[in-house]
Amino acid sequence: MKKLLDTRIQPSEITPRELYDRRHFMQLAAGASLTALLPVQAFAGDALDAAKTSAYTLADEKTPLKDITHYNNFYEFSTDKEGPAELAHTLKTRPWTVTVEGEVHKPKVFDIEELLKLAAMEERIYRLRCVEAWSMVIPWIGYPLSELIKQVEPTGNAKFVEFTTLYDPMQMPGQRSSVLEWPYVEGLRIDEAMHPLALLTFGLYGQVLPNQNGAPIRITVPWKYGFKSPKSIVKIRLTEQQPVSAWMKAGPEEYGFYSNVNPDIDHPRWSQAKERRIGDFFKRPTLPFNGYAEQVAHLYANMDLKKYF
Amino acid sequence: MNIKYLDDQSLSRVKTALFLLALLPCLQLIFEALSYSLGANPIEKITRTTGYWTLTFLIITLSATPLRRLTGWLWLIRLRRMLGLFTFFYVSLHFLTYLVLDQFFDWAGILKDIIKRPYITVGFSSFLLMIPLALTSTNSMIKKLGGKNWRHLHQLTYLAAVGGVIHYWWLVKKDLSKPLSFALILALLFSIRLFYIVKNSNKTKQADPIKSAYPAANAIQLESPSEEHIKTH
Repeated sequence: MKKLLDTRIQPSEITPRELYDRRHFMQLAAGASLTALLPVQAFAGDALDAAKTSAYTLADEKTPLKDITHYNNFYEFSTDKEGPAELAHTLKTRPWTVTVEGEVHKPKVFDIEELLKLAAMEERIYRLRCVEAWSMVIPWIGYPLSELIKQVEPTGNAKFVEFTTLYDPMQMPGQRSSVLEWPYVEGLRIDEAMHPLALLTFGLYGQVLPNQNGAPIRITVPWKYGFKSPKSIVKIRLTEQQPVSAWMKAGPEEYGFYSNVNPDIDHPRWSQAKERRIGDFFKRPTLPFNGYAEQVAHLYANMDLKKYF
Repeated sequence: MNIKYLDDQSLSRVKTALFLLALLPCLQLIFEALSYSLGANPIEKITRTTGYWTLTFLIITLSATPLRRLTGWLWLIRLRRMLGLFTFFYVSLHFLTYLVLDQFFDWAGILKDIIKRPYITVGFSSFLLMIPLALTSTNSMIKKLGGKNWRHLHQLTYLAAVGGVIHYWWLVKKDLSKPLSFALILALLFSIRLFYIVKNSNKTKQADPIKSAYPAANAIQLESPSEEHIKTH
């Protein structure tokens, strides 16, 4: 539709980000003297450079920053996709800690500043496929989740990894409604979590994660539907039992533990065969494992994907 | 001026105002499309907006009779045809958005959707139900069919409304608050009608005083009005 109607070049496509990003503009206007007084912390909109160039890239055209930040699901703020951008300013991303515990030899509470320096950041351009049949291409910044998990030394009993999002209805107004059971919980099998594609994510488009996209720290699992990538996480727990995610509780027949992108297995109420890439008019076929089959299909060898959806 | 009985001139003013108001959602969509402000997923936005206004106009159309009974404003009934046609206008836009923008004439895909996806099955059926209602909305069709047949045919509106709400209910991912509010309003409107039907069935039927004052209006009544209510004013 956008392509259909919009034949002119959008201003955002030709103006450098520094000039149209309001926050950045305001920072420039505030002047260096004020910034000098603030502690050295990374907030949404601040630059976050990737130290390492990544092999994980795509030729696909990247989704514009405006669409990534103004059209997304984050039920902690709103069930409307335009809602999080409006409401997420109440989220306080400092101080922030992530507790890593459970079946590990060295449980630890990590401060966000420590996590930012734990491993070399890289930019990875990943496809994002929402279970609602729309998709994006997003340049995330982060490092493999395995780097963090290795630090706490999982025991032999660690079969799964459970992620928990912040629970604070004061900061997250969506949690005042019972649309999902709070806090938001997601989970992966340990081999999925240790897979190099699973990204501990701190930024996108060369800047610190905007609040509405899961600041200050989130998981990105590109071969699964978007809801499997939990945002604003405060706890990572390694477990022997398979975690029960918020969406499994909400609709066990519609949302399975695995939720791998699969064009052959429809959502009970709609088809997953095609998707609309944001910005495109025509739908495109959805790829098995969201196009990452070569890297991850072996994790599910001999598994009945219809049963383990 | 007695607000219960509008003269033709006042009524035509009310109708003109209503016509313009009813066009606003459509004009807003056009404005947003031309100013690139439909958001990241314009097709979804258009689909949702036209669907929302279809249900809203269905509800407004169905509230004309209950409101007339509660207020005694007889002329409300004479707005119903326009409201019904605006419902059909928005449902047509909704269907065309699905056909052209969402599916782009992928007939096989559309057929599969209608058969396999319950929310599309029920939504499409409700749309089909509304076609004969729109086609028989002219005075000549009312005459041709006869008041009684016409009334029976137009009771399909209820079915279309229930179908529309179910369509919305079944398509939302998790947050049922919006379809629930439509369902509650619809239930309220049905209860008011039911109340008057029960009340009327306990009374002997009499000649309808509106009949002489508003012949056209009477032809598009869904049930016989509450005689007592009208007589007391």
